[in-house]
Amino acid sequence: MATLFWVMTVGGLAIWAFVVGFSLYASRWKRAPVSEASAGKVILLAGVVFPVTVLTALLSYALWLMPSLRPFGGAEQAGLRIEVVGNQFWWRVVYHAADGSAVVSANEIRMPVGERVEFSLASADMIHSFWIPSLGGKMDLIPGRTNRLSLLATKAGTYRGQCAEFCGVSHASMAFPVVVMEPAAFDAWLDARRAPSPAAETGDPGQALFMREGCGNCHSVAGTPAAGTSGPDLSHVGSRLTIGAGLLRNDTDTLARFVAHATALKPGSQMPAYLGLPVEERAALAAWLKELQ
Amino acid sequence: MLRLLPKEVESLWTLFTAPVVWAGHFLLCYVVAAIFCEKPDFLGFDFANLRVAIGILTLLSLSVIVVSALLAWRQWGFGAGDPPHDDPTRRDRLHFQGYATLLLSGLSFIAVIFTALPALFIDGCLR
Repeated sequence: MATLFWVMTVGGLAIWAFVVGFSLYASRWKRAPVSEASAGKVILLAGVVFPVTVLTALLSYALWLMPSLRPFGGAEQAGLRIEVVGNQFWWRVVYHAADGSAVVSANEIRMPVGERVEFSLASADMIHSFWIPSLGGKMDLIPGRTNRLSLLATKAGTYRGQCAEFCGVSHASMAFPVVVMEPAAFDAWLDARRAPSPAAETGDPGQALFMREGCGNCHSVAGTPAAGTSGPDLSHVGSRLTIGAGLLRNDTDTLARFVAHATALKPGSQMPAYLGLPVEERAALAAWLKELQ
Repeated sequence: MLRLLPKEVESLWTLFTAPVVWAGHFLLCYVVAAIFCEKPDFLGFDFANLRVAIGILTLLSLSVIVVSALLAWRQWGFGAGDPPHDDPTRRDRLHFQGYATLLLSGLSFIAVIFTALPALFIDGCLR
């Protein structure tokens, strides 16, 4: 990119100096009219041959650069592919490892530091845009298309990602944390998510409430009969940094509030309110969700 | 050489030959590449073949444009007179049209090459 900038700058300056020098020459020093024949020659050389040569060179250079300027690398470069599907107003995130296995998650992205990661971006409803400002440019999620973006994180840490295309009332609350981890820690984290959370198999009262209230019609929790796909996957929701797609800190209090009245926190959310649920039942449900680590 | 050229026709249509070839070449290149990249199963051939096809189409288009330029050059009297050909005579009308056709052929020649250049550098279609 820096090379391209300098080539264009130096080339532009040279042409500018040439044009200004030539006009100064014509207006200041060479006041006598030239013959029609030599004027024709100037037009042919400076008006046809020179621009065609320069434009051919620039076009060839740009086309030659083009394959390396794509916002995504070749398929063979990235070991990990993360599929992101935009929904009003949350993100489905599916990790596809190099061995073909997949791990479903939502509203949070984890990636290893120093390894190129390929993102496949799609949308379930309308145009969203995937943007992690600290890591790279934005890329739209367009219904019916799969866009690709490859990112390389060079520094571990937690960054913020954000939907960057207006998609409805809670567009501004459609965010996600991005956790860039050391490769070994990332592999361990991903491996832990291949199996159901231990809390999913304990017969917790919160789990019974979850099933009774029909939460599983929209949400999935691995290891339980809950297998809905119209809402975010909750298999390991307790270990996420935020809830409501980057909206609130993830603790039992905010989980209970979100269950009680999601649209009060996140207008336009498809999740129905459970204000009829007694406070202690909401707390039990939230406690179980928080334990899904 | 002169006998190889077809009989001289006096028509405004010859003026448009080269730009029409340019337009056709442009459309074919872009439409075929777009279909190839968007519908992998529809055109069941390799990208290398697409590049070769664009190359052949380009050579064909350039040949037609060169012929058009040769005809225009003849109509211009092989550069016998200098522009502007603005006298109200048949001779000047022919020379003006020939000169304009020649310039348009030159423009179309360069444009066809520029249209085909990506096929020289881009060696794959990413789906």
